[in-house]
Amino acid sequence: MDWNTIFVTTVKASIGLETVVYALAAIGVNIQFGYAGLLNFGQAAFLGVAAYGLAVIVSTFGLSFWLGIAVGLVATVVLAFLLGIPTLRLRADYLAIVTIAAAEIVRLVFRSVAFKDVFGGSDGRQNFSGDFYAMNPYAPGSYGIGPIKFDERTTWVLTVGWILIALSCVLVYLLMKSPWGRVLKAIREDEDAVRSLGKNVFSYKMQALVLGGVIGCLGGFIFGLGQASIQPDLFGTEFTFYAYTIVILGGAARVFSPVVGAAIFWVLLVFVGNTLSEAVGAGVFGSAITVTQVGSVRFILVGLGLMLLLIFRPQGIFGDKREIALDAR
Amino acid sequence: MHADTTVTSKKAAALAAFEGIDSEPGVPKPDPILVIEKVVRRFGGLTAVDVDHVEVQRGSITALIGPNGAGKTTFFNQLTGFDTADEGSWSFNGKPLRGVPAHRVARSGMVRTFQLTKALSKLTVMENMRLGAQNQRGENFFRALIPGSWRGQEDEITERAEELLERFKLAAKRDDFAGSLSGGQRKLLEMARALMVGPELVMLDEPMAGVNPALTQSLLGHVKDLREEGMTVLFVEHDMDMVRDISDWVIVMAQGTVIAEGPPDTIMSDNRVIDAYLGAHHDAPMSVEEAEEQLQEAEAELEAEIEEKA
Ligand SMILES: Nc1ncnc2c1ncn2[C@@H]1O[C@H](COP(=O)(O)OP(=O)(O)OP(=O)(O)O)[C@@H](O)[C@H]1O
Ligand SMILES: [Mg+2]
Repeated sequence: MDWNTIFVTTVKASIGLETVVYALAAIGVNIQFGYAGLLNFGQAAFLGVAAYGLAVIVSTFGLSFWLGIAVGLVATVVLAFLLGIPTLRLRADYLAIVTIAAAEIVRLVFRSVAFKDVFGGSDGRQNFSGDFYAMNPYAPGSYGIGPIKFDERTTWVLTVGWILIALSCVLVYLLMKSPWGRVLKAIREDEDAVRSLGKNVFSYKMQALVLGGVIGCLGGFIFGLGQASIQPDLFGTEFTFYAYTIVILGGAARVFSPVVGAAIFWVLLVFVGNTLSEAVGAGVFGSAITVTQVGSVRFILVGLGLMLLLIFRPQGIFGDKREIALDAR
Repeated sequence: MHADTTVTSKKAAALAAFEGIDSEPGVPKPDPILVIEKVVRRFGGLTAVDVDHVEVQRGSITALIGPNGAGKTTFFNQLTGFDTADEGSWSFNGKPLRGVPAHRVARSGMVRTFQLTKALSKLTVMENMRLGAQNQRGENFFRALIPGSWRGQEDEITERAEELLERFKLAAKRDDFAGSLSGGQRKLLEMARALMVGPELVMLDEPMAGVNPALTQSLLGHVKDLREEGMTVLFVEHDMDMVRDISDWVIVMAQGTVIAEGPPDTIMSDNRVIDAYLGAHHDAPMSVEEAEEQLQEAEAELEAEIEEKA
């Protein structure tokens, strides 16, 4: 077994593209679900409309990169209002139902034959990241420490991605220790009490939905740019559920939990996956597991690990045990 | 500070305002803060609230009493915008309130508490209190990002909250999660938090339920203090001793309607009230003698209590 390769890929995963994308998506979910108690099960759609907004403007219509970013952002905000206006006055579960359905609608529209000319069907879009890499300050070569190295393109995407994560964390930190964040956390506990104290609950929920969507949409941009292509099926419901897993793994309503949660989640997946592949290659399991089954087995093992974590540490990594204890009262 | 026996100026003023007012449902008051023309709320076939004209006198402590299921909480919900009435119109300080959302009602100075306490469990006691303050700069998204813009105001709010917590005997719990408080302490916190809003009219739904007798005494004092500070109090309560002790006026509801109004010492001997509580239309079969006996017992008891007070 090649432990060196396993080690290198695992360390790279901890700061790699997937971690960045999922961390941004999870920071958004943490604002909505962790702080405000909103069940947005359509986070994938927020990343999707942003990534497609950029890709369509640049590759379908041949317009500029920055216009693409602007369109992606506007599309995200519009989606938040479309989902929020009819549902945020109702009970919490309505938002969950509407968002999960809307996310599937968005994905199916992206991959539909009818709009193939615009969205590219199931092949998605390519050729929209040129302007982004033209801004790359890194000279061709590889960057990193020891064996942990990325090429200049990846280094550039990761640099931008981690700057966005840092800015998002600062934003969340400032907001959540302000009176604005206090209103949000209070809404999560009991909306009616907050109303009785003269706060416009609907407006705060909408702000949380938009903010979480916009931070998630940055992940959509990074996803598209990092792969230099997008396909509709990247934005399926499992994407959203991974983001929720990450938030709960890290501990809901903590500033850094989505970031650390995302890193741990991907490190686990990559480590377990690579170790299994190597082991199967070396014939450790005989014929019990074949190479094609490794993908599924790693999810089974990681899922098992997460279950154990939640049993023994229900508050997540950064959570406060006392808060969990309050729920039992 | 709230000596039980001193008849303070505000109390005297409130009592004077009620001088010579008929004990009839819907009787006009000299200076009403809340005027209800009509409120109707139906749940399917059940008419939970069907109240005709009622007025609440400014600067008074008015009790709203009635048997379980009389519609008191539902009535509160309509007035404060937590439910949508089927019919009716009512005004607070002359401003019509029907259809106004709950948060606007609170901002206009009419703040309520809930029968089933709503402590915000995962916020500390202090954060619960701070949340009540109005016009907070830091509650605006953009200003929230600049701590300097709201720190000063936050300090003032904290100071005000600390005074109230002191008064409500919760100062020691300042940094505990509200969810860790006992049921009675939550009642206290909810009342203190409502006062942080700076209301003109405080509507308390069973503020004393579950609070121990010693604390009830001091809470009664606090409610009287509210009147001294110029606030109007409308409260729902089942404990008749307490009603008699602090209220200037009593409104009685039964089966969704206001059946009687009057000063606390005479209202309890009103036949309509006795009927409502003991059930002139009692469901269970009861012989005429039994009913007569029960009625006399109750009347004697009430009279004895009133005399004891006098
Ligand atoms: N949401 C609802 N749906 C159906 N019926 C309701 C609803 N809310 C209240 N009711 C009914 O309306 C009537 C009045 O209820 P309400 O809670 O106002 O009584 P209450 O006077 O506050 O009683 P208590 O003193 O026990 O608190 C009851 O018969 C109750 O069953
Ligand atoms: Mg009630």
